[in-house]
Amino acid sequence: MSLIEVKNLYKIFGNKPKKVVLLLEKGLSKDEILNKTGNTVGISNASFEVDQGEFFVVMGLSGSGKSTLIRCLNRLVEPTTGEIIIDGDDILKADKDKLKDIRRKKISMVFQHFGLFPHRTVIANVEYGLEIQGVEPQKRTEKAKEAIKLVGLEGYEDSMPNELSGGMQQRVGLARALANDPDILLMDEAFSALDPLIRKEMQDELLELQSKMKKTIIFITHDLDEALKLGDRIAVMKDGKVVQIGSAEDILTNPANDYVKEFVQDVDRSRVVTAEAIMRKPDALISSKDGPRVAARKMKENEFSSIYVTDKNRKLQGIVRIEDASKAIERGEKSLENIIIKDVPKTSPEQQIIDLLPTAKTSDYPIAVIDEQNTLLGIIVRASIILGIIGEEV
Amino acid sequence: MFDLNIGSYFEIFVLWLKDNFDFLFDFIKNVLEGSINGIEYLLNVIPVIILILLFGLLAWKVSSKGVAIFTIIGLLLIDSMGLWAETVSTLALVLSASFITLIIGIPLGIIASKSDGFDRILRPILDFMQTMPAFVYLIPAVLFFSLGKVPGAFATIIFSMPPVVRLTNLAIRQVPKEVVEAGRSFGSTSKQMLFKVQLPIALPTILAGVNQTIMLALSMVVISAMIGSGGLGKIVLRGIQEYKIDLGFEGGLAVVILAMILDRITQGLGDINKDK
Ligand SMILES: Nc1ncnc2c1ncn2[C@@H]1O[C@H](COP(=O)(O)OP(=O)(O)OP(=O)(O)O)[C@@H](O)[C@H]1O
Ligand SMILES: [Mg+2]
Repeated sequence: MSLIEVKNLYKIFGNKPKKVVLLLEKGLSKDEILNKTGNTVGISNASFEVDQGEFFVVMGLSGSGKSTLIRCLNRLVEPTTGEIIIDGDDILKADKDKLKDIRRKKISMVFQHFGLFPHRTVIANVEYGLEIQGVEPQKRTEKAKEAIKLVGLEGYEDSMPNELSGGMQQRVGLARALANDPDILLMDEAFSALDPLIRKEMQDELLELQSKMKKTIIFITHDLDEALKLGDRIAVMKDGKVVQIGSAEDILTNPANDYVKEFVQDVDRSRVVTAEAIMRKPDALISSKDGPRVAARKMKENEFSSIYVTDKNRKLQGIVRIEDASKAIERGEKSLENIIIKDVPKTSPEQQIIDLLPTAKTSDYPIAVIDEQNTLLGIIVRASIILGIIGEEV
Repeated sequence: MFDLNIGSYFEIFVLWLKDNFDFLFDFIKNVLEGSINGIEYLLNVIPVIILILLFGLLAWKVSSKGVAIFTIIGLLLIDSMGLWAETVSTLALVLSASFITLIIGIPLGIIASKSDGFDRILRPILDFMQTMPAFVYLIPAVLFFSLGKVPGAFATIIFSMPPVVRLTNLAIRQVPKEVVEAGRSFGSTSKQMLFKVQLPIALPTILAGVNQTIMLALSMVVISAMIGSGGLGKIVLRGIQEYKIDLGFEGGLAVVILAMILDRITQGLGDINKDK
């Protein structure tokens, strides 16, 4: 049986919600309704079911109603009409106390910009849900510590949120949501504000956690790669409507309409997958202040034939080859100045991998992924591109 | 054109209030008188030098060593000018008026942050209170409470209320939307929301409002010497009326010192909370 059942859900923002629902039923579009009534359609006739233990991803462009939809599930947004049945109860009929109970015990939420309480320490943030239920201090600290351990933040219990990096802050957000031991986890673009590599790391860890916990997760994203990687099933939204629900393969191979088709850019992954998705953290880097000896040692340690050089702000400086480093050592040089190669293969994180193929073919070095400020985000070796195209894990 | 005697209508209204709500004014009078006299008594029983050191200690705790030294030297200077009794009297008036202003003002700000309707009604009233020349409050104050400290405190409360109401309202509204959503999503009651999430986050800004309120209260307390509230204002007033430049200057200097001490201490309170 499904745990969550959403039936004919509507959410209209504006002063004539009921009338707008009638107009939607007559087939008017979101734009027509905005022009005619000044009201905004948030959700239009959404129906879907989510199974116990399922990882359900909702995908769509900005403004398509993803955040509104997920907020209807715990009634942070009050739906206009429809039914949301969780565990057999229609939560839209729940009174204030019942709703409070559902939010405390059944459903937790993780937010895009973390939504941490800035005046509370990490552990006090994680304890919050238990604290307001009146759980005694000793027990809630114990549970909070468990949750903190689960997300790998041990040792940071007494830090303040603003002392942590983005990835760590979102771990706090996740721990806070898990501390209540809810059945359902709502995650609204939980990883969208993170750097690409941290983001990938968090995705992997979430999948690992999920394989142990078997929560029911509703996860929102506007990123196809994230959706394909995480979702057991994916729902695609447009203008408040759910236009397709299916597995990653369904969506890739049988897009329901042009909108979905555009989203998945047909099945040619080389045109969909970006450099960001397949890059990886360089196993070793050297600093522009290092000398040829350090360079040679690090390359030997890692069995590299060349190694990237960055400055202290991770700005890309160039690359050094092992043979040049050896010669420089023989010549007794102390700096990399004479041997650093500035002309290296580069790409932006948004680049589609099909465009990397020519470079990869001719270049002797891994491709450096840099942002507009020339910061080195990651590197791509030739094999990753091929794996990326056939859709294998990098 | 029309000839509307708005002023005389207002006069009729004030007189009507006085005739019909005498019991209320008596009550307010008793509360104000009680708290002013209580604080003044307390400040007077403590020996001067100990009190000065206590203020220094407080300044050190909430602010810095420099402010503590300034506080002690400033208060010693006031004492050496022979203005200690007046300063204590002024301080008692400022503290009780500010205290009552805050007990009324902070809840008003909280309600305004929760209700757009209430906010819309309150806003023009606050504008009115803030821009009306301070002296004007002295007239109804005297009508309701005759002369002395109580009408001084009353006028001060009205005059110094707006900043704390406005900043409390603003501070709560500025708590990031996602943080409020997070609080709600875990099933907070509205009371838990207010006391565990919104107020702690809003506190530094609210304390900035408290600081402004106390500063305004001090400025008004000096003006209210005109209706017999005594204290440092009276010294300044006498300096003006009797052409005594020395007296006027000393009274003025004492007010400035007191203002700086109160300002640094209340600001220090705000900074402590920000640092946390
Ligand atoms: N409180 C609100 N009042 C009025 N309109 C709103 C409100 N919240 C959302 N909307 C509108 O509802 C529609 C759906 O918004 P929603 O935030 O759910 O989109 P989204 O898919 O989450 O977008 P994004 O990817 O930008 O987060 C948009 O047209 C938005 O302008
Ligand atoms: Mg959104």
